[in-house]
Amino acid sequence: MMDKILLAGFGGQGVMFIGKILTYAGMLDGREVCWIPSYGPEMRGGTANCSVVISDEEIHSPVIEYADFAIVLNQPSYDKFLPRVKPGGVLVANSSIVSTAGKRDDIEIIAVPAGDMANELGNVSLANMVCLGALLPKLTMVDLASVEKAVSAVVGKKKPELYELNLAAVRKGLGK
Amino acid sequence: MQRVFGRPKGLTELPFHYCPGCTHGVIHRLIGEVLEELDIIGDTIGVAPVGCAGFSLDFFACDFVGAAHGRAQAVATGIKRALPDKIVFTYQGDGDIAAIGTAHSIHVAARGEKITSIMVNNAVFGMTGGQMAPTTIGGQITTTSPYGRDCALVGAPIDMPKTVATLSGAVYVAACSVDTPKNIIQAKKCLKKAFQVQQAGLGYALVSILSTCPTNWGLSPADSLKWLQENMLPVYEMGELKMTEEVKAL
Amino acid sequence: MSKELMKGNEAIGEAAIRAGCKLFFGYPITPSTEIVEYLSKHLPKAGGTVLQGEDEVASINMCYGAATTGARVMTASSSPGFSLKQEGMSYLAAAELPVVVVNVNRTGPGLGGLGPSQADYFQCTKGGGHGGYRQIVLAPSKGQELYDFTMEAFDLADKYRTPVVILSDGFLGQMMEPVELKKRPKADLPAKDWVVGGCKGRAKRKVASYSLTNEIGEVNNLHWEAKFAEMKDSLQRWEAFHAEDAEYLIVGYGTCGRIAKSAVLKARRQGIKVGLIRPITLWPFPEEAFANLDGVKGILTVELNFGQMVEDVKLAVECRTPVYFHNRLGGMLPSENEILRKLGQVFDLAVEV
Repeated sequence: MMDKILLAGFGGQGVMFIGKILTYAGMLDGREVCWIPSYGPEMRGGTANCSVVISDEEIHSPVIEYADFAIVLNQPSYDKFLPRVKPGGVLVANSSIVSTAGKRDDIEIIAVPAGDMANELGNVSLANMVCLGALLPKLTMVDLASVEKAVSAVVGKKKPELYELNLAAVRKGLGK
Repeated sequence: MQRVFGRPKGLTELPFHYCPGCTHGVIHRLIGEVLEELDIIGDTIGVAPVGCAGFSLDFFACDFVGAAHGRAQAVATGIKRALPDKIVFTYQGDGDIAAIGTAHSIHVAARGEKITSIMVNNAVFGMTGGQMAPTTIGGQITTTSPYGRDCALVGAPIDMPKTVATLSGAVYVAACSVDTPKNIIQAKKCLKKAFQVQQAGLGYALVSILSTCPTNWGLSPADSLKWLQENMLPVYEMGELKMTEEVKAL
Repeated sequence: MSKELMKGNEAIGEAAIRAGCKLFFGYPITPSTEIVEYLSKHLPKAGGTVLQGEDEVASINMCYGAATTGARVMTASSSPGFSLKQEGMSYLAAAELPVVVVNVNRTGPGLGGLGPSQADYFQCTKGGGHGGYRQIVLAPSKGQELYDFTMEAFDLADKYRTPVVILSDGFLGQMMEPVELKKRPKADLPAKDWVVGGCKGRAKRKVASYSLTNEIGEVNNLHWEAKFAEMKDSLQRWEAFHAEDAEYLIVGYGTCGRIAKSAVLKARRQGIKVGLIRPITLWPFPEEAFANLDGVKGILTVELNFGQMVEDVKLAVECRTPVYFHNRLGGMLPSENEILRKLGQVFDLAVEV
């Protein structure tokens, strides 16, 4: 089994962060993992994206031609990556600022008002975690327990208060 | 019988094969004496790049490393950072230190690298046969300035010690000449101080020494000294150009 | 043993520290910069020194100087910066100084771009500087190999008294993968009885590369020639992946090598006997991997350049089987499907992608 996940949004929306959380979640569960940033002159500002591969066998090609899953946090990312989800795949869109009018019938599109939901938690920058929560039930390689471990490993030690806040956002996205 | 004069222990037994009248030999001897007097022959690593200065590898009694053209100070930096308790010096020509290696000459001083550099300035590229150097003086004829250096066309010569003296990491900068016995004695004093600065770990020290190149200047050894006095001394500022309070207190 | 999630460039830095690297001289350039940044943060805590040179030329020559003292030393750069180091590489090879040099290959020529490339293959393997030298070139393909090969590079450098190049690329350098932080392996290395450091109690030593006469020059070159021949005979290394019964071989190193593995597996699932030869030493090129080509109907070499390693493949194959070429350029990577399609095209195979 292998989950290939594309993550994209404005720089500052925490795209790289949820990529790292997913990667840690896979690693802490003993999976093979690979995190690939887009990098270059555009890395400050503009649209950022990264991809994550989580697998129960060795990851050879880390190149994601078509992803199983995608999270898009802004409109340009939706427009750019909609065609990059393979038929039968799942795309989670932050519908607070993304119009999912341009649709595909062969994939599942989950529109989550993540920005608004994050605002309800008091911090709009948690929209990324809300979307992560919304995608979690679809993933085959990681679950809520592994994400909890990952958030703890990445932010838990330094900033315990952020641990709770991030997980609250994930649970909200999950509908829990 | 008491021996009153001989080869300093800082030099090997190998006879110099520099051209007759070239003052590299005098400068070598002064450094050899300083190494002996400070009792640092066994703790010193010299670095020689390319050019006539490159021959110095074999003439000094201490360990020596050969560097690429212009890179002696970068190589010396690597050695000193690996062996901070050893004495490291570079022996470079003016082409090396003021043309191809200028970036390193500036930055080694800016960093206050605890090494000693000796720049031998004969106003030409010696080993390649007397081409124009960054230190060639206005009007001087060389094989690449056959009508005399035209400063309007190629710029005026660089006074490297003066330039380096502006950098805070350079704590001792001296400009000397070996054209007269008096100046030779002064040059030795400066060389000794430049090594003592390093022993005390105070910072970067540079000693520039005006030198002759009778072969490429097309002059006899005696006329070369005269030419140096008449043409180079007026252009290049002489003396201890910079000495921090800590160096003065040595 | 637990694994750490690290960027490829960070894995190189950590491996250097654990391999006993004491000095690092470098100059920042994307996409290699995390190496100098990682070491700036961690090497001083391990008792080492990091110095940012005024340029790449200074940095490689600082490495040269440090190596003459016997200290373990490294530098890292990326293609345009690696070009600036070529003068120094030639001097390192001639003076026989052990230095580990990382080149995180980005695209070119000229300023190029920041994406992954393999266009520095010639520069690394054929002697990018003057004078006709050779140096060991290792080609990692994943985080763990970036770590392991960097560690081993220090031993190889010391064993053969030679610069060793780790040829990574912008993709491997930036990618994060779990890395097992292994301990430094025990290596049987020759005594460094040639280093400078003050001649107290012994004869004066010199480390230099000048040949004063042609006769001396020939003697020196014969020595280097013999040494390069010995390295060529004893160091060839590669990974054979489903190659035993392969009718079609893909040849690719580094990033292309690992992508090709996915293509091999996909082809095998369709009953097509495809295998992979992944060169690990780019110099010496693993000619021995091509000694037996019985049953091989053809070879497809995949690279991120105009066709460089493919020349070495052809030399090793000696026209015994046809050799084809596929590439991507300018920072783009081939996908496994793309490689598979190309296989189908050149060998007239029905492939499903």
